[in-house]
Amino acid sequence: MWTPEYQNIFTQVQVQGTPEWGMDNENNMIDERVGKPFFNTLAGLVGNGQIGPYYWGWTSMVAFATGIAWFVIVGFNMLAQVGWSIPQFIRQLFWLALEPPSPEYGLTMPPLNDGGWYIIASFFLLVSVLTWLLRAYLLAQQHKMGKHIFWGFAAAVWLFLVLGLFRPILMGSWSEAVPYGIFPHLDWTTAFSIRYGNLYYNPFHCLSIVFLYGSVLLFCMHGGTILAVTRYGGDRELEQIYDRGTATERAALFWRWTMGFNATMEGIHRWAWWFAVLTPITGGIGILLTGTVVDNWFIWAQEHNFAPMYDGSYGYADYGSYEAFIGKEE
Amino acid sequence: MFPKWFDKWNADNPTNIFGPAILVGAIGGAVFAAALIVTAGNPAQTTSLQTGPRGTGMSVPEFDVVRTVPDPTIEDYYTEEPYVPEGGEDLAKDIYENVQVLGDLTEDNFNRVMNAMTQWVSPEEGCVYCHGEGDLETYGEDTLYTKVVARRMIQMTQNINENWDGHVNAEKQVGVNCYTCHRGEHVPSEVWFKISPVNQASAGWSSNQNRVTSLSQSTSLPSDALEKYLLDGETIAVHSLESREAGVPGGEDYASIQDTERTYSLMNYFANSLGVNCVFCHNSRAFYDGTENTPQWGTASLGILMVQELNTDYLVPLKDTYPAERLGPIYADAPKAACKTCHKGYQQPMQGLNVIADWPELATTEAPVYE
Repeated sequence: MWTPEYQNIFTQVQVQGTPEWGMDNENNMIDERVGKPFFNTLAGLVGNGQIGPYYWGWTSMVAFATGIAWFVIVGFNMLAQVGWSIPQFIRQLFWLALEPPSPEYGLTMPPLNDGGWYIIASFFLLVSVLTWLLRAYLLAQQHKMGKHIFWGFAAAVWLFLVLGLFRPILMGSWSEAVPYGIFPHLDWTTAFSIRYGNLYYNPFHCLSIVFLYGSVLLFCMHGGTILAVTRYGGDRELEQIYDRGTATERAALFWRWTMGFNATMEGIHRWAWWFAVLTPITGGIGILLTGTVVDNWFIWAQEHNFAPMYDGSYGYADYGSYEAFIGKEE
Repeated sequence: MFPKWFDKWNADNPTNIFGPAILVGAIGGAVFAAALIVTAGNPAQTTSLQTGPRGTGMSVPEFDVVRTVPDPTIEDYYTEEPYVPEGGEDLAKDIYENVQVLGDLTEDNFNRVMNAMTQWVSPEEGCVYCHGEGDLETYGEDTLYTKVVARRMIQMTQNINENWDGHVNAEKQVGVNCYTCHRGEHVPSEVWFKISPVNQASAGWSSNQNRVTSLSQSTSLPSDALEKYLLDGETIAVHSLESREAGVPGGEDYASIQDTERTYSLMNYFANSLGVNCVFCHNSRAFYDGTENTPQWGTASLGILMVQELNTDYLVPLKDTYPAERLGPIYADAPKAACKTCHKGYQQPMQGLNVIADWPELATTEAPVYE
């Protein structure tokens, strides 16, 4: 009574047996599957317990080769920066970065030690990401699926291209690109907002936040709804779409009676997909406009009458005293 | 060990006690913790100093457990009221040899200041630290570097109190004397040296950032902010002051992301030096906007100019006076000052202790005025 089985963060049903090999249709897809499939119980707690086989193909080869090249260039640059000291490399790993070129080089090829390696690494990363995007398309094509995942990933790639390719070119300088490092890329994010007069006044940034938080909310609502009707077969969503059963009825009634409106088994997935892809699409537009079209978003907001002014004085003197704050008097 | 009937009853009535035990334990623990917080007080309670209009979120929060704890160096502060001259006394410059500063003081006040300086800077060595082991007759000699530096530091202190009144007495009379920086140490804490570039195998903006250093305040921001802004006098402001502006990053009058990170590094150093946050001086929604800055922003801006002057006119030129062990580890440069050298993490050094009222000799480059 105290711990119902359905209240669990892990998958409750695992099937392990003869590994499933998938389709082997006219595309000879099985030729490019690699790895002997096996079962992993831990993986089964969060997903399907079967690991492999894996689609390899030329796109994977290119994406992995160029991706590893990017990774290794970044890593060895970091290692060189600390004088090839492994302990320092580990200790300062989150601080280290491969930085874009200094501003004086504009869009020209800089020396290797001042952003040249960054340009080379970025080229490999570009090839890697675009090949991986193509892979998503080709796999969907082979499975005779819609291309929704390809377009979803393409939305993220759009933001990636804006940050590292389109906007630096429009600004006339590779120095505007994002550094490859844990803390340094966060420094870039903060500096980007500060430099261009507070990104929170950028309407496309606002939209991106709406879709990001909206995605989280929808994901939570949908996941919660489906888990809540799993006992009636609600997790077999596809069947529920064409043969609406009691699970769908209950889920739909719950929301209709909660807020007067409910999604359908089909519609909820369209909502979720659009919210997700619009996050990087609108964000990318906002980034692309920053520094190219608008250089100070706060002043832009004042010009468009949506930066409110506040009554009251600035400075602590009108609200209290330093002496009182540190408990010395009054 | 239990009676038979008890074991039998238990065997006949199997009960899951773990579920209820966990539930009761969790609820009981929560009630206990809540009661403890209500009765004993929240250990992480903060108090905020409001610094701007309601709705802007402008306030400086501080944990109560440290907020009212006095700066520990205040306790060791030595001070002594001046002996007001009645007129006609011999002056130090007539009595002693080679008195280049403080010569207009009476003998009593001169020795009072000298004594205080040993308390502030060399409490263990005393006079010997600057005047050497020799007899009193040798005290006029300039054989030790410490004495030459001390003389220049007296001039610097007088200059600060006289010409930078707008900074050091901005809120009320606080002033500075030797103890403001030294706090009983030969070399003040929080002096700084040039260290950039900090990365090997790199050049330009790749080489001056992304390392844990004292100058980056352990962030990955540039480590050369103090050097560029407080010594070289480069432009700190990075914002476009119109919604649209022509320019290429790093070009004339168009700051780059990298410039912005270096400014951020300086601002972070400011905040750490004073134990405050951004909104002590700025409304963070528009950092550049003068109409939304606090009066403390003006005080800090004066402080930037003051530190630039102190470094350029007083501290850097002493480089050749110092012995090697006092110079920087990388460039053998002279030790330099910045916000933290005086403030040591407090809004006002020594939390606003007035260190100039008793020391009119250090308040002016002219003959002191006693009241």
